[in-house]
Amino acid sequence: MYKANIYVTLKEGVLDPQGEAVKKSLKILDHAQVEEVRIGKFIEVWLTSKDRGSAVKELEEMSDKLLANPVIEDYRVELTEVE
Amino acid sequence: MKFGVVVFPGSNCDADCYHVIKDVMQRDVDYIWHKETSVEGYDALILPGGFSYGDYLRTGAIARFSPIMPAVVDFAEQGGLVIGICNGFQILLEAGLLPGAMLRNRSLKFICRPVYLKTKRIDTPFSNRLSQDQVIKIPIAHGEGNYFCDAKTLQSLQDNRQIIFTYCNEEGQETPEANPNGSLANIAGICNLIGNVLGMMPHPERCAEEVLGGSDGFYVFDSMITWLKGAMK
Repeated sequence: MYKANIYVTLKEGVLDPQGEAVKKSLKILDHAQVEEVRIGKFIEVWLTSKDRGSAVKELEEMSDKLLANPVIEDYRVELTEVE
Repeated sequence: MKFGVVVFPGSNCDADCYHVIKDVMQRDVDYIWHKETSVEGYDALILPGGFSYGDYLRTGAIARFSPIMPAVVDFAEQGGLVIGICNGFQILLEAGLLPGAMLRNRSLKFICRPVYLKTKRIDTPFSNRLSQDQVIKIPIAHGEGNYFCDAKTLQSLQDNRQIIFTYCNEEGQETPEANPNGSLANIAGICNLIGNVLGMMPHPERCAEEVLGGSDGFYVFDSMITWLKGAMK
């Protein structure tokens, strides 16, 4: 069994209104050193793929097609083998 | 002439669209449940507003894989008229029938109020009953209508005259202040290259009869009917 951590983030240059709002709140909380905040998604997927290669291939396919929108988002996959 | 209103789980403007086509426009219309796989017999499809699949993951991202969608894509590719309103627009973007994507509104607020739109092009199935640069008033109701695409895509939208409606003020000026959600180039509605697929965030079905306080939306549907009548001759 494999467990994947998928990080979906907004592409560089794409405005993140949520991140901006959180940044403002952090400033109000006196975190003056905060320069930028970007908010993304963290998705966990468990799969029964037969090997690492096929798991990666499948995860890339699902990320390209559904989990991330390539127009505005990038994604990164971390894969570990689990019991 | 028959219209189909595609109903996804979480659609909530389907009944409004159905009512406008049936009672205001006096045309045949059916609901098409998202689990259907055929759109045979329809001349135009409406993807209504709402919160399909609770907006999970991204707006429209899951609806785009509904069983009905391959038939909708096929219908569009064969030149059939498809209008996506609000969530319907978001679904068309996710399905790749229109370019770009939606971001959260710049203000992070869900905005529900009438806005002014400028009619940028009238030689389309969706705007032929309007006049060039006509300012119309149509309500918006969305939290994610902040249209985004890369610079190259925006250039091609402009070069190919695919921007049909933009946000403007009452005088028709497309100012930053008149842009309710932060959309790139004040974009409120775009069509595909051929012009048979339109996506727009404002809701024409909410203002197609005077009793609702405005009837500018009537002309979007009347344009579709006028165009279909011409095509059927």
